[in-house]
Amino acid sequence: MEYSGFFGALVESRGIFIEAAFMTLKLTAVSIFLAVFIGLLFALLKISAIRPLVWVANIYIYIVRGTPLIVQIFVFYYGLTEIWMMSGFWAVSLGLAFHNGAYIAEIFRGSIQSIGKGQTEAGRSLGMSRSLTMRRIILPQAFRRALPPLGNQFIIGLKDSSLAAFVGVAEIFAVATTQGANTFDYMTWLLVSAVYYLILVFLLTILVSLIEKKLAVSD
Amino acid sequence: MLKTKEMIRVEQLNKYFGDLHVLKDIDFNVNESEVVVLIGASGSGKSTMLRCLNFLEMKNSGEVIIRGEDVDPKKDNLNEVRQKVGMVFQHFNLFPHKTVLENVIEAPIQVKSIPKAKAVEEGKELLLKVGLEDKANDYPSRLSGGQKQRVAIARALAMKPEIMLFDEPTSALDPELVGEVLQTMKDLAREGMTMVVVTHEMGFAREVADRVVYMHDGRIVEAGQPNEIFDNPKEKRTQAFLSSIL
Repeated sequence: MEYSGFFGALVESRGIFIEAAFMTLKLTAVSIFLAVFIGLLFALLKISAIRPLVWVANIYIYIVRGTPLIVQIFVFYYGLTEIWMMSGFWAVSLGLAFHNGAYIAEIFRGSIQSIGKGQTEAGRSLGMSRSLTMRRIILPQAFRRALPPLGNQFIIGLKDSSLAAFVGVAEIFAVATTQGANTFDYMTWLLVSAVYYLILVFLLTILVSLIEKKLAVSD
Repeated sequence: MLKTKEMIRVEQLNKYFGDLHVLKDIDFNVNESEVVVLIGASGSGKSTMLRCLNFLEMKNSGEVIIRGEDVDPKKDNLNEVRQKVGMVFQHFNLFPHKTVLENVIEAPIQVKSIPKAKAVEEGKELLLKVGLEDKANDYPSRLSGGQKQRVAIARALAMKPEIMLFDEPTSALDPELVGEVLQTMKDLAREGMTMVVVTHEMGFAREVADRVVYMHDGRIVEAGQPNEIFDNPKEKRTQAFLSSIL
């Protein structure tokens, strides 16, 4: 690729980087989507007061928090693919979902527990079952309260998707390092990749604040 | 003479919070259309007793018989029992993410599977009754304390309960808002609702109660008609309590 200077590189490479940005977005969207469900599930396990379920949740969170993300991704990529063939994309997506799920579980647990006991009592006193009260009364309020830290975790997830480069997924960071190796001009390409990450994080921030505004009508 | 129907009967009820013995051998009953007011210092067990009646607190021993049915929390479906026993809380506990009308129709739709159109119609009637029909589409955060409590009453009534429990319904209100809530409760009493009310509003007790029950230290010390209790208390404890607050 012919280019001169940082801005030249930015303009000339837009084709491959936009494609890479879509890959980053896909990784982020899939892994965050799964992570929200995993997080909700483990948050509910953790507050279930059923001992074995609480332990399962605690062990899961302990393992995720206690090991580096790159190790987790490699375990999914090299370990899991021996049992069940899957692409690097899915190995990383599942690895990131597994990782973010633990942090999101703690976010949800905190927000669920922050909803006053009176809300549960009001629901139960109307004859609503425990699960109906959770679904209709507690979770909608808890989700709203979870949004700011959740948005934060989404951003972390987006940036962490750059680790997919190490298992051969052509996302932004992978493309940048390849360009760097080809041109011996790492600095330029790393800065180009940074621009794309900044744009994506900016868009994600706007999306989260739009959702926040939409859910804030009752204030 | 018609035999009055017994709506609530409590026998030898005991309740502990850890080592703390908060209800001691309580015997208590409420007949249909009766308004019973529980009074006593804070910590006397009156709120706990009220909460035992809809099983937000579980008894440790004794019987809680609702509408002739001895309720066993382990076997019986408490959700069905609670549909018949409405409750109004000190801190309203409205659902903040739902509008006033949505608060009122939530349980009828979700629990009783009443069609939405019918629930809305009934909900609006209830709001009219508590004087808040114009607030139907507002969120609770826009309401005053007194309005919130009236919505909470409408929400409980929407399940068509046969018994209403009030746990210090005016204690969290500014003084000028107490009247509107008490008026709503008086209207309800006049319609023949069976009510158990924990309150510090002695004026309300004197005017509306059929029976006043004074509790101290987890026991019922004295019970009787309002004029007996207020004008002529027999027990020293009751006299001391009343002279401290009146």
